[in-house]
Amino acid sequence: MAISLDELKHVAELARLNLSNQELNAMQSDLNRVLESFRQLHELRLSGVELTSHSVDSTSVWGEDEPADGLSRSDALEAAPSAEAGLFLVPTIFE
Amino acid sequence: MQAASYVLSVGMEVHAELLTKTKMFCRCPNEFGGEPNTRVCPVCLGLPGSLPVINRPAVEHVLRTALALNCRIAMRSVFHRKNYFYPDLPKAYQISQYGETNPLGHSGYMDFFTEDGGERRVRIRRVHLEEDTGKLMHLPGRKSGVDFNRAGVPLMEIVTDYPPDIHSPQEALDYSYQLRLLLIYLGACDGKMEEGSLRCEPNVSIAPEGHQELGTKTELKNLSSFRAVQSGIRHEAERMRHALERGDTLKQETRGWDEENEKSYVMRVKEFEDDYRYFPDPDLPPMVFSEEYIEGLRAALPELPTAKRKRFMEDLGLSDYDARLLLAGPAWARFFEEAVAQGGDPKQVCNWMNGDFSHLLNEAGRTAEASKVTPAHIADLTGLIASGKISGRIGKEVFEHVFQTGRMPSDVVKEEGKEQITDAGSIREVVSEVLSQNPEAVGKYREGKKGVHGFLVGQVMRKTEGMANPEMVNRLVTEELER
Repeated sequence: MAISLDELKHVAELARLNLSNQELNAMQSDLNRVLESFRQLHELRLSGVELTSHSVDSTSVWGEDEPADGLSRSDALEAAPSAEAGLFLVPTIFE
Repeated sequence: MQAASYVLSVGMEVHAELLTKTKMFCRCPNEFGGEPNTRVCPVCLGLPGSLPVINRPAVEHVLRTALALNCRIAMRSVFHRKNYFYPDLPKAYQISQYGETNPLGHSGYMDFFTEDGGERRVRIRRVHLEEDTGKLMHLPGRKSGVDFNRAGVPLMEIVTDYPPDIHSPQEALDYSYQLRLLLIYLGACDGKMEEGSLRCEPNVSIAPEGHQELGTKTELKNLSSFRAVQSGIRHEAERMRHALERGDTLKQETRGWDEENEKSYVMRVKEFEDDYRYFPDPDLPPMVFSEEYIEGLRAALPELPTAKRKRFMEDLGLSDYDARLLLAGPAWARFFEEAVAQGGDPKQVCNWMNGDFSHLLNEAGRTAEASKVTPAHIADLTGLIASGKISGRIGKEVFEHVFQTGRMPSDVVKEEGKEQITDAGSIREVVSEVLSQNPEAVGKYREGKKGVHGFLVGQVMRKTEGMANPEMVNRLVTEELER
């Protein structure tokens, strides 16, 4: 169940991580240790145990559909690296 | 050499922004337009430490739509994170719903009428709930900016089943038209394609006739009208056919539709689904529904457009065309039903609505609700004509008055002396007068030139200023001539 270097590179690309060969090697062994832990978990007999995707045992928590104040535009934009014309500036996108 | 014949297959993905007051996971207002970034908060900006909370009416809109589309309901349903990087997505993931049976609705179908009056069924694969993204804007100097007002607006996605049931641009249009109508009748979405609150995104592929496997598909975007849906698909199919005939290989890609120049352009080559690394959103507890709650929603569904259209045709005797026009909007259909409930003859009410009333509304640039005409006015008018009090021609004049003033047709008729002359004695008097003033015409008639009959009727109508009952005039002129 080890992760190959190619798989690792693919995951890094999806996460937009630019990793050096040294970093890739280190990360590969780290991830393989994580995967090894999962392998051990896989050995447990879990048939009949319900799938747990949420750590808190609550369901159907609803919000009411009533508007409330959010952030002012200046507050919202203040945290942005750069803003212009009321917009968050982002790397140029061409479509 | 004869060109190979291809079969077109179209899968439809429709995104509908839901009619809620607030966004999907925060309580920022859900509105259209306005200054950029004026409806934002830590949740929809994806700021660290913020916690999304599910908008209940948004979930209900999706459940009601799923029920109306004959779907199976997921009695337990969770949200997933769909991970990808794009600047219109502040969290670097979109909250969506993954899986075959996890989406709120799945495995349904929609029956509808095609434009030629036929009936069709398109299977629905899933109806799920997600959040809309922000909007990218282009600034001078080749810069890009983002407006997050739309980020987090509740978005319902309705996807047709695979392999596709739709095989022509017209069918795709009919499907989109009926689905839009359904959403409007349900009050789930305002259906404004030009504002992007309803977005139809067809997956188009072609394959040589007889082939079992479908061809490589492209997804079309930016179709902002029904016309664009139809012409976009037609052009895409043509583009693919030319490419295949040249021996090119098609790529799986997303293409945008340029309506003005009637052509598509490459937006991006599609990532594979696995790359989104979906996983259950740990911030959002699962939604669990009781049978009783779902059945309550089902029972409370309004009469849907297809059923209404059937009823208008079968019970009220309207043509397919008339019924389609009346169903164009819920308010218009309601107007019709109220006028009929107040005693108007269905066919007559329909004719007035789709004829003179529509015409005057268009001219005035007004909706029926904003006009002075109510269903009672139309019912009254058709009653006056049916009872012979006024002729259809006078009815048109009266209706124009009604449209301008909002007065009741009966009152207009009384006060303006529009009542039709139906007294045989006084009509006969006028007929005699006209005959004695036109001895030549009378002579011709008696020589066998029956055509002058119409001329004499016209003279009588003119003398009575159009108020005489035309059928009676017709009959009495004949009687007097044959005497």
